[in-house]
Amino acid sequence: MSKVEERQTEIVEEFSFFEDWMQKYEHIIELGKDVEVIADEYKTEDNIIKGCQSQVWLHAERNDQGNVIFTADSDAIITKGLVGLIIRVLSDLPPKEIVNADLHFIDEIGLHDHLSATRSNGLAAMIKQMKIYGLAFTGQTA
Amino acid sequence: MTTTKLDIQAIRDQFPILSQKVNGYPLVYLDNAASNQKPKAVIDAISNYYETTHSNVHRGVHYLSQRATEAFEHGRETMAKFVNARHVNEIVFTSGTTDSINLVAQTWARKFLKEGDEIILSHLEHHSNIVPWQMACEEKGAIIKVIPINEKGELDQEAYRALLSAKTKLVAVNHVSNALGTVNPIKQMAADAHAVGAVFLADGAQATAHVALDVQDLDCDFYTISGHKMYGPTGIGILYGKLDLLNAMPPWRGGGEMIKSVSFEGTTYNELPHKFEAGTPHIEGVIALAAAAQWMMDLGIEAMAAHEDHLLHLATEGLKTIDGLKLIGTADNKASVVSFVVEGVHPFDIGSLLDQMGIAVRTGHHCTEPLMNLLCIPGTVRASFSVYNTEEEVEKLIAGVKKACSMLL
Repeated sequence: MSKVEERQTEIVEEFSFFEDWMQKYEHIIELGKDVEVIADEYKTEDNIIKGCQSQVWLHAERNDQGNVIFTADSDAIITKGLVGLIIRVLSDLPPKEIVNADLHFIDEIGLHDHLSATRSNGLAAMIKQMKIYGLAFTGQTA
Repeated sequence: MTTTKLDIQAIRDQFPILSQKVNGYPLVYLDNAASNQKPKAVIDAISNYYETTHSNVHRGVHYLSQRATEAFEHGRETMAKFVNARHVNEIVFTSGTTDSINLVAQTWARKFLKEGDEIILSHLEHHSNIVPWQMACEEKGAIIKVIPINEKGELDQEAYRALLSAKTKLVAVNHVSNALGTVNPIKQMAADAHAVGAVFLADGAQATAHVALDVQDLDCDFYTISGHKMYGPTGIGILYGKLDLLNAMPPWRGGGEMIKSVSFEGTTYNELPHKFEAGTPHIEGVIALAAAAQWMMDLGIEAMAAHEDHLLHLATEGLKTIDGLKLIGTADNKASVVSFVVEGVHPFDIGSLLDQMGIAVRTGHHCTEPLMNLLCIPGTVRASFSVYNTEEEVEKLIAGVKKACSMLL
């Protein structure tokens, strides 16, 4: 199983314990509080992914192993929690794996609405941007 | 004025969409300022039209075309009555308020604006009452001036009068603010505009469902309406304009319907209102819009407004008791909208959690970015009421906001 699949399976299992939406959202809110936020120097206009309601800042860099490390932030805590989950799946991977990743866990944990509302919270645009970073880093040496 | 008390449950039963559950909870629909729901009378008007009457209008000799034309033009008469226009030809059908404002900006403004002329807007405006004027002003070298607001979210009337001058050619403000619910004193504002020879346009998108209209009394030169915010269909609305102004304006979109005769040497245009209605119109939209207007007139718009005012009062008082909650827009005269922020919480988070409880509200900047920037907030949570909403739903909203805050803080 690929790392992307392993991580998604883990998240889906984690969410399967919740019995109602409140527990699920409380967990997302907690995750939002724990997200490793983007360094202030990267919280720039260039790194903003604008939704019409909440916005996301995303920064990518490569570590010594050549893996892409994402850090991010959002002004809305639920968005931030979801950003945290997406980062958990896609960060610290070789660029190629990011480009090829099929993210299905969001559907499986019942949060599809947050992705389909592409205009409102910038999440779908964020995933696209992460893949663009992956693509840009593919072929570059670490 | 005494108003009849409405049987809200009986009204509610006329709205099929309201009986559904969302996320396991009964739907509480409080996003009426974005678009309100449709009664059976409107839904039936659309299906009846297609089942019994449909044909193209204004051109056929045959039975169905004549019936469709009659129903279509009857729609115009109903809307003339609804706004109390002097003449039926003062009603031009458009796709809605945005389209109506663009029509005035692309015809009246392009013909009559000159370099250095001024247009006055307000800080409360929706983007659709800003951008069309910016486009016209950019082309003509005219200037936009903006009426400021006070801390309650009311237009500063003194500042408005100070902005008016011989250079002012047009004043365009909303009748009711979509973001804050402020009801603006447009009758007085129109009189002030006329005193300097300016034309007055009221954006009525947010007012129409809540205020009994009389364009003659208000003395607006233009008044714009969106059908879908007044229990009617999307994609249809009206531009009301005074006859002499509409007559003086050049046509905008060219095509069928808007012409008298066409040759390659030159074309002569049709008379009002057809010269502004190129192409096959939104026939069922007009018929259903008229059904919505008639439905409202039958219920009594004052009685509807009285119920909504009551809900607005309950919501305002209830929300005020929540720690850290700040109402945005506390005008003395408000209609149907309560907008708020909670300290330390993003509006989007509150909206997302309310949605989980089956409560539909709007969050964000409500297409009023200049207003939100002025208030230094990313947006608000906005609950807005229609005649079918109940006291129980207001209680659910207040309890829902409390629950959301306890989860988020």
